[in-house]
Amino acid sequence: MQQTTIGQVHLESILFFLLFVSGTLFITYWAAKRTRTTKEFYAAGRSITGFQNGLALAGDYMSAASFLGIAGLVSLKGYDGLIYSVGWLVGWPILTFLIAEPLRNLGKYTFADVVAYRLHQRPIRTAAATGSLITVLFYLIAQMVGAGTLIKLLFGLPYEIAIIIVGGLMISYVLFGGMLATTWVQIIKAVLLLGGATLLVILTLAQFGFNYGNLFNEAVTKYGDKFLEPGGLIANPLEAFSLGLALMFGTAGLPHILMRFYTVPDAKEARKSVFYATGFIGYFYILTVTIGFGAAVLVGQDIIAGIDKGGNMAAPLLAETLGGTPFLGFLSAVAFATILAVVAGLTLAGASALSHDLYVGVIRKGIANEKEEVRVAKAATLFLGVSAILLGIVFKGQNVAFMVGLAFAVAASANFPALLLSILWKRFTTKGAVASIYTGLALATGLIILSPTVWVDIIHSGDKKAIETKIKDIEKESKIKIDNLMAQRTTTKEQNTIDEMIKEEKQKASKAISNLKEQMPKPIFDMRNPGIISMSLSFVVGIIVSLIFRDKEAEKKFEDEKIRSFIGIGAE
Amino acid sequence: MTEGRRGVRIQEDPEFKTLVSQKTIISFVLTVLELFLYFGFIWLIAYNKPFLSSKFYGVITWGIPIAVGTIILSWILTGIYVLWANNKYDTMVKNIREKIG
Repeated sequence: MQQTTIGQVHLESILFFLLFVSGTLFITYWAAKRTRTTKEFYAAGRSITGFQNGLALAGDYMSAASFLGIAGLVSLKGYDGLIYSVGWLVGWPILTFLIAEPLRNLGKYTFADVVAYRLHQRPIRTAAATGSLITVLFYLIAQMVGAGTLIKLLFGLPYEIAIIIVGGLMISYVLFGGMLATTWVQIIKAVLLLGGATLLVILTLAQFGFNYGNLFNEAVTKYGDKFLEPGGLIANPLEAFSLGLALMFGTAGLPHILMRFYTVPDAKEARKSVFYATGFIGYFYILTVTIGFGAAVLVGQDIIAGIDKGGNMAAPLLAETLGGTPFLGFLSAVAFATILAVVAGLTLAGASALSHDLYVGVIRKGIANEKEEVRVAKAATLFLGVSAILLGIVFKGQNVAFMVGLAFAVAASANFPALLLSILWKRFTTKGAVASIYTGLALATGLIILSPTVWVDIIHSGDKKAIETKIKDIEKESKIKIDNLMAQRTTTKEQNTIDEMIKEEKQKASKAISNLKEQMPKPIFDMRNPGIISMSLSFVVGIIVSLIFRDKEAEKKFEDEKIRSFIGIGAE
Repeated sequence: MTEGRRGVRIQEDPEFKTLVSQKTIISFVLTVLELFLYFGFIWLIAYNKPFLSSKFYGVITWGIPIAVGTIILSWILTGIYVLWANNKYDTMVKNIREKIG
């Protein structure tokens, strides 16, 4: 077996890591002097260009989980991993066509600004902030737990220490440097990640004469035709559509992504930034998939799965194989930077929902001065950061993979429908929006809890495991019995009787197994992705409630909203 | 703010009406194309695995260019929108703003 130094502390990775940390902390120091007003804290003074914001959006979105996770999935499952990567990109065009410009023209700092534009502030802001916070919190927990585990795998650091380092740096960036520091952390991370992945792909393709055909040929020689064919990952069509909906429209409802559109000066730059972001992210996923296939061929599935069952170490292992410890060190530091950029964006989005929407919009009824709002936003940052650290430690070793799915489901079902309807539909009302947000929120969360992912795999995991063990025992016992009978069969003349006994034993075992399978805990809602139900019903409820309870005032304001939405007159 | 007579003048401006309807149509058409592209891909995975598993070139299956094509076409669609908006849309916005003052 090939030697790997993954999980050990390398001089190289520590060096790269310290370089990144000192660089970003220096930027934070520089940004802190430029972060005094709310516009500076939430929106970097709207001073970011379209190209910069494109990079920052990519840095905000491309998580370590998708980099290491998709490369790993491709290396172990082949084509099925590629299917996933497509889903992560397709929300971006929707964001471009429907959301980016009106969002920028109508809002100030949060997407709730847009939904509340012509409706009643307090109920809308309460509902929208709840949707935002739930999305951010689940996403944040998944990122923190992932960060602890990854850093433990990469550097051999204890889980809790890793979480505290990530949390501490994240709080420093956001608390002192606000959106300006967060933006530059995300830009630097995007450049490092795209650069590192590009280098890894060049080194990989160099092994195959820069010919994808050769790479695929060797992959097929090693793992068979099946490796390049869709497999069992998506078995149920309805599940596949539901997951697709959540990924696509969830992207267009993620608060930390939406918030980034306020950092550019106008709608034109917002539009440009989402075009750049889509390009960077698409390019990144194509690189990641190549890395996955490269790792399968050059490192081998046995070694990848031997270190981490989910395949998360495929990319680092490939880096080590092709570029030695220095490259492994560099890529590990990049993974660390990746995590930091994402959690910083999430924390800022959560803090803005708490301070701008809940504190100023609801508690102070929209009246608060700059100083007070910045102070509250900073307190909210500290509160969220510390909560993220604590939750990260509490959820250690738990299965949190479903939380990213939940965050996307809530974003698609609670945030996106209200945002879209408020932009497009004249008759949308306060009651309709509130009903739509809470319907989406309750259904997405509730159905995931009742789904196989949580109800069976987490809540009833004990029962499930006990039954699985029993089944294995029966299989084992029955195999021993049959083996014994087979052995007797060769020495006796009464083969027919023994054949009969073998048949009987097989029937007995399969009956016992199917009986046990009946006792398996069953999900109350038998779908892993509720998007198709929760998102559709959120739209339906929002529309029906708006039609029943008309709001002439809101309808009248729509004409005014249209002028601002389309040509940006009055936009902040 | 846009309240009052200035707002009404913009609302009734024929060029503003054209702008609203053009932008709405283009956004709608491109959204439908993107939905068609992605859910077409999902539809193939769900109902036509044999096609995706059939050979495209050498050992490479049709599934691979289709998946990568979905990513690239999605980006091209965003590009088409941005190109249109940067030229046509922004010019119309500029005209209206100048006219209304």
